[in-house]
Amino acid sequence: MTWETVIGLEVHVQLATNSKLFSGSSTNFGAEPNTQASLYDLAMPGTLPVMNEEVLRMAVSFGLAVDAEIGKRSVFDRKNYFYPDLPKGYQISQLDFPTVGRGSLKIQLEDGSEKVIAITRAHIEEDAGKSLHEDFQGMSGIDLNRAGTPLLEIVSDPDLRNAKEAVAYLKKLHSIILYLGISDGNMAQGSMRCDANVSIRKKGDTEFGTRTEIKNVNSFRFVEKAINYEVQRQIELLEDGGRVVQETRLYDSDKDETRSMRSKEVANDYRYFPEPDLLPVVIDDAFIDAVRATLPELPGARCQRFIKQYGLSEYDADVLVSSRDMAEYFEAVVELCGDAKLSANWVSADLLGLLNKQDLTISESPISPQALGILISRIKDNTISGKIAKTVFEALSEGEADVDAIIEARGLKQVTDTGAIEKLVEDVIAANPDQVAQYRGGKEAVFGFFVGQAMKLSKGKANPAQLNELLRKKLSA
Amino acid sequence: MLSKTVAELAIALANKDVSSVELTQAYLDRIAQLNPTLNAYVTTTPDQALAQAAAADALRAAGKAGPLTGIPIAHKDIFCTRDVLTACGSRMLANFTAPYDACVVERLQAAGAVMLGKTNMDEFAMGSSNETSHFGPVQNPWDQTRVPGGSSGGSAAAVAADLCAMATGTDTGGSIRQPASFCGITGLKPTYGRVSRWGMIAFASSLDQAGPLSKSAEDAALMMNVIAGADARDSTCLDIPAEDFTAQLNQPLTGLRIGLPREHFSDGLSTQVQEILQLAISKLESLGATFRDIDLPNNHLSVPAYYVIAPAEASANLSRFDGARFGYRCENPVNLEDMYKRSRGEGFGDEVKRRIMVGTYALSAGYYDAYYKKAQKIRRLIKEDFDTAFHDVDLILGPTSPHTAFKLGEKNSDPVTMYLEDIYTIAVNLAGLPGISLPAGLLNGLPIGMQLVGPALSESRLLNVAHQFQLHTDWHTQRPEV
Repeated sequence: MTWETVIGLEVHVQLATNSKLFSGSSTNFGAEPNTQASLYDLAMPGTLPVMNEEVLRMAVSFGLAVDAEIGKRSVFDRKNYFYPDLPKGYQISQLDFPTVGRGSLKIQLEDGSEKVIAITRAHIEEDAGKSLHEDFQGMSGIDLNRAGTPLLEIVSDPDLRNAKEAVAYLKKLHSIILYLGISDGNMAQGSMRCDANVSIRKKGDTEFGTRTEIKNVNSFRFVEKAINYEVQRQIELLEDGGRVVQETRLYDSDKDETRSMRSKEVANDYRYFPEPDLLPVVIDDAFIDAVRATLPELPGARCQRFIKQYGLSEYDADVLVSSRDMAEYFEAVVELCGDAKLSANWVSADLLGLLNKQDLTISESPISPQALGILISRIKDNTISGKIAKTVFEALSEGEADVDAIIEARGLKQVTDTGAIEKLVEDVIAANPDQVAQYRGGKEAVFGFFVGQAMKLSKGKANPAQLNELLRKKLSA
Repeated sequence: MLSKTVAELAIALANKDVSSVELTQAYLDRIAQLNPTLNAYVTTTPDQALAQAAAADALRAAGKAGPLTGIPIAHKDIFCTRDVLTACGSRMLANFTAPYDACVVERLQAAGAVMLGKTNMDEFAMGSSNETSHFGPVQNPWDQTRVPGGSSGGSAAAVAADLCAMATGTDTGGSIRQPASFCGITGLKPTYGRVSRWGMIAFASSLDQAGPLSKSAEDAALMMNVIAGADARDSTCLDIPAEDFTAQLNQPLTGLRIGLPREHFSDGLSTQVQEILQLAISKLESLGATFRDIDLPNNHLSVPAYYVIAPAEASANLSRFDGARFGYRCENPVNLEDMYKRSRGEGFGDEVKRRIMVGTYALSAGYYDAYYKKAQKIRRLIKEDFDTAFHDVDLILGPTSPHTAFKLGEKNSDPVTMYLEDIYTIAVNLAGLPGISLPAGLLNGLPIGMQLVGPALSESRLLNVAHQFQLHTDWHTQRPEV
């Protein structure tokens, strides 16, 4: 039996505002419990919500970035349920009239093709607080610092067909969010959380199978593993004649498995109704245009520009725009050295390789774009060879900062003095009469041998072009 | 002295006939004497009141007195008051002290008014007789075997019995106007959004509105001058320029067109009440107003629509009272669910629980469209009825209540009978309009109120008409003998 996987993602993105969605409390992460909870966050009687307009601006900028319809009139609703970390007994969210309507996102598949994933909607809502179960014997502690932090919940259509596509979609979302600067996107701290709705069906079926929802998976890698585990579990269940139960499941990364959290068969009735403490949010074209004017260049547009402006390959351009920081790093390097091709190679191969090895992000790079730019300039002005440059790069990665000082201190400067190179060439020719005879006898392939020998003798510092020229001249003489 | 209006007291204070401290002490003495039986106040704050009065006298001595400086008032116990209990008529909040003042409290305090205490009310403002209060019923000063109306029953009784110069109240379906009618005083429910709801404990957020209960329309205007106006902390509070509500009080009524809704003068209304209203109508005619019959065809749907919308909102508004952070928590809960169930089960009274259940039901999956959504449609129709009526008339006049104050315990057995108490007032809240109740006569020694309703933001006109009526009648000066 061939099974097809169907995945839809609900991604909660914590918006990077200074204050909460409906109160003036700070949203900083990691403060002492309940020090960032105002009267409203505590749901004190008589307190009322006041909408933070920055949240609206951020939501609209996301909507524009994914070509979504912007809700000209969005309405907040109360979602009712009792839980200690939900002080009001309801969460303010958006049900029927979200700020961001249908949009779409293009992802690149592994075979290089593109796929469009539909975004169903993105709505604004407030986060809950946290229940702390450790450290309180027989009791639970409540920390309301996070209560009321603005979230954008981005819901996709069930368009994803395997875990890799899900991760590609997530990474693309992540990149856009960072480009827009609307969230720090830190998954480990919960600034971006993913719930995956997963079901399987027989290949060719048009009906969806029963789905399970995997909650709060907090890294790209875990999303992939959790989905793969869940798909396998569902396949085994169905092939053994069982059935999938619609439920919420939790991914345990230590055991690499999902397990049942609570059954959704007895559906929670949230009794949504319009929030009477807030007026509908009416957005006019002027507001949308103002937000549009502040949008940064997004990955798609930037990729096209890189291809046109710098003559990069689509592959290189795509790698370089995958994060805003990387694209900006690349452009800073190009500006200094003036060579886009070389810059692209150094950033996407050498620098990325280094960062991957050390598990760093580009903003944590030990090598500044200025240093890399100067390094490439030194290749271009023939101060050093491309090969020697790798040595300098290594020194930079170990914390040294001044490219010229490294070259100077280690005597890495390229030898361009014709007399000195001529001497090298003569020494090599004198030391290898057999090979000279072979070359002169028509075996041109031996040429490389002489280059290698001469380079070795110069400790890699001879200018390759000059060396080649002189070698040819002397050997043909 | 204690039966004087605020406007009169302000003159007495200005003329140094009396100081605010003396006046405050006199009210406190009367409260000490009468409140044990009337039960209008649940909390009195004598020390704070005398300190505020002394400060007010000092301000006056410094030449910085405003119209309300040194005037002793009372707040309905639904308004949060810093460091003073705010129980909202409930066991749930019997131990609750807010660390903040409601916007209304803040503004009146800033205007120099002296707070004598907090007045009794139906639990969470859910009631029309003040009998659902955890702190016991209030007696009507006109007849101590009768209810003062509700939910602002304590405020109305306190004003009528001269236990304060005026008082704040809130009106969700008639809770200012009906007790004003039963107690023979003036009560104004402002346009929705006129007065900030910040710090006022929510019953039904889309209907709740704070307003004055006073001895005259002029006094109501004086309080409105202080409490009305934009407040950034309440998103539903209208952002409109401040208004002087006393400015139009003396405008003549010539050319005023008043509508009489056929629906308000039909079967349900006794001939005696009709006769009293007819006399008031004649008086207004003599002052230049003209009358015509109008229709409010959907008025009969206002009570059922209200009893879906208000409980639905209340069911969510009251979820925060869960025993977790403040208010009543049951003894020795064994787990979270037990804490929720018993804290709420023991902390709330029957009427509150009834409305939470009704509201929860109306919002439930499968019932939402049939109840909540339909009620919202009716709400729009009711609003349209008013809009249509105001094409032809400036104001609408009718009874505030079908009858005078009823006996304590008389309507307790059947909630629906109690709900029908607000038949003339509820539509005004659903439409978000301003309405005023003022004394129009006495029936068997008990006050009868008439209600004037105007378009949104027509408070100045309502107060103008009420003031002109009061200049030419003396119903509002009649006081019960307590």
